[in-house]
Amino acid sequence: MEAALLYLATMLTLAGVYACLALGLNLQWGLTGLMNFGGLGFLAVGAYTAALLTAPESAQQSAAHGGGFGWPWWVAWPLAALAGALLALPVGAAALRLRADYLAIATIGIGEILRLVVRNEDWLTGGPLGVPGIPRPLESLGEPAGQFAFLALVLLVAAGLYAMAEATARSPFGRTLRAIREDEEAAKAVGKNPGAFRLAAFVLGAGCMGLAGAMLAGFFKFMGPDALDPVTATFLVWVMLIAGGSGNNRGAILGAVAVWAIWAASDFLAAQLPGEAATRAAYVRLFLIGLALQLILLHRPQGLLGERPGR
Amino acid sequence: MIEFVTFYLIPGLVLGSIYALAAAGVSLVYGVMRFAHFAHGDLMTWGAYAALVAVGVLGVSPWLAIPVAVLATIPVALAADRAFYAPLRRSAPAVLLISSFGVALMIRALVYLIWGPTPESYARGFTPPLFLGEIRIQQRHLFILGGALAAALAVHLLLSHSRAGRAMRAMADDPDLARVTGVPVAGVIRLTWAVSAGLAAIAGVFLAIDTELTPLLGFNVLLAAFAAAILGGIGRPWGAALGGLILGLAEELSSYPWIGTAPLLDPSYKTAVAFAVLILVLIFRPQGLFKGMG
Repeated sequence: MEAALLYLATMLTLAGVYACLALGLNLQWGLTGLMNFGGLGFLAVGAYTAALLTAPESAQQSAAHGGGFGWPWWVAWPLAALAGALLALPVGAAALRLRADYLAIATIGIGEILRLVVRNEDWLTGGPLGVPGIPRPLESLGEPAGQFAFLALVLLVAAGLYAMAEATARSPFGRTLRAIREDEEAAKAVGKNPGAFRLAAFVLGAGCMGLAGAMLAGFFKFMGPDALDPVTATFLVWVMLIAGGSGNNRGAILGAVAVWAIWAASDFLAAQLPGEAATRAAYVRLFLIGLALQLILLHRPQGLLGERPGR
Repeated sequence: MIEFVTFYLIPGLVLGSIYALAAAGVSLVYGVMRFAHFAHGDLMTWGAYAALVAVGVLGVSPWLAIPVAVLATIPVALAADRAFYAPLRRSAPAVLLISSFGVALMIRALVYLIWGPTPESYARGFTPPLFLGEIRIQQRHLFILGGALAAALAVHLLLSHSRAGRAMRAMADDPDLARVTGVPVAGVIRLTWAVSAGLAAIAGVFLAIDTELTPLLGFNVLLAAFAAAILGGIGRPWGAALGGLILGLAEELSSYPWIGTAPLLDPSYKTAVAFAVLILVLIFRPQGLFKGMG
């Protein structure tokens, strides 16, 4: 019973992290129409920022990575969000002046380069060995209470981001973003600077992704290159948002939970298969998730919950 | 000097001509259909693996397997267009881009399923390098340079001297005008996919000959292909080819010890060169070297 509850808590924690990623992408794509295919990069920056700041000081001599300041998580997490935002700033400033698809290409570059940095800059990231021993917030409560407390914390953060995203969508700022997405010329005609608004939305969404990375690092208690997979960190989030309904924050959360449930369940089922078949099942799943994205785009482009008409 | 030519300049030209083929394909699709085709890299991978099958089954050299690769890749692009892109043709370019991202994943999943994740090679024996004076050049590099030149010439002849090519350029310049003046749009789109996928397959085989086959072979150069296409002016295949050459040279020359004895840029960061070029172009010359479409 307790094992099942712990498993459920694990899955819900990850669903919460994914909800934050999907909310961040919704700010960028759903609300503003910015394509970010480098989610992995922003996640990684946040994850490593939190990892290096919170890792215990004692590990500093033995471990091969930099940092290890032993800072509390509640200092490190906001800084992780800030790191994600700071990464977005120069790239957005360069790529957003132009066409939307140029940003998509540039963000692919971010994801790839961050992967290279993580792998190669041993002095900072520990290279392939990663950063072990990251303390998980609230784990001092012991097992299993600490797990559930951490779950509550993640859900609290997700709820906070949801509230922020909703407030953003309803604010004059959010209305301007939608206006720019729908008709840039009209928005310009009423005196809005599309570039500045787009950049703000891009940076804000990247901050959400950085925060999600920090939570992931705390949850895994470890961060290394193998924990960062573009399929799960970037592509799956896109499928979640499009399935849930881009432009709708509830849709983003619903999509994150539903797609994560399917993803995790298929992972569980595939793991029951004997060795070779299990690896193959993972590829079949990759194919099917690509196909699912196509079918949604073709048959239900608005997703489960469409964007509600603005007020 | 000799060392510079052998180890930096020639590999740069080889990589550059592979990028040129890939970028020209990306640029063609962008010109005619107005969206960034993110599955292009995975089409390259598909072509490279199709050649691997031909090499294994027919026992031919990878060079002779190129036609097989081309013929195996074109139907994949046509099928993706028919099943997924064509119904979305009237949607925003962003939706097509996302759709092509999904297609990329599907192709990659198939490659993993059929050939597995382990790197493979065309298993050619050792061929001694040729010497031109003191300059050493690998035979495969000579073949890649010649092959890329031949492919570029063929595409040039098609675009500039055939009716179909003129129709393609008309679509790229002004799709609505082309439509009302009776350009067979569906046919032009099919031809565009055929040429683009063919170029992708050739680029994929060349890249696999020069390195090795992995399921991420093509995806790893997707950023470079787009950076080259934007550098050359997106929608302009010749500009893209030139952009590819410049980018390939820049990547290889970036690890030359220009200052002191250490490589200027750690070779493991070669990918970052494409990104840097992309960002610099976007800041200083967003229309590319040749004026690309807006």
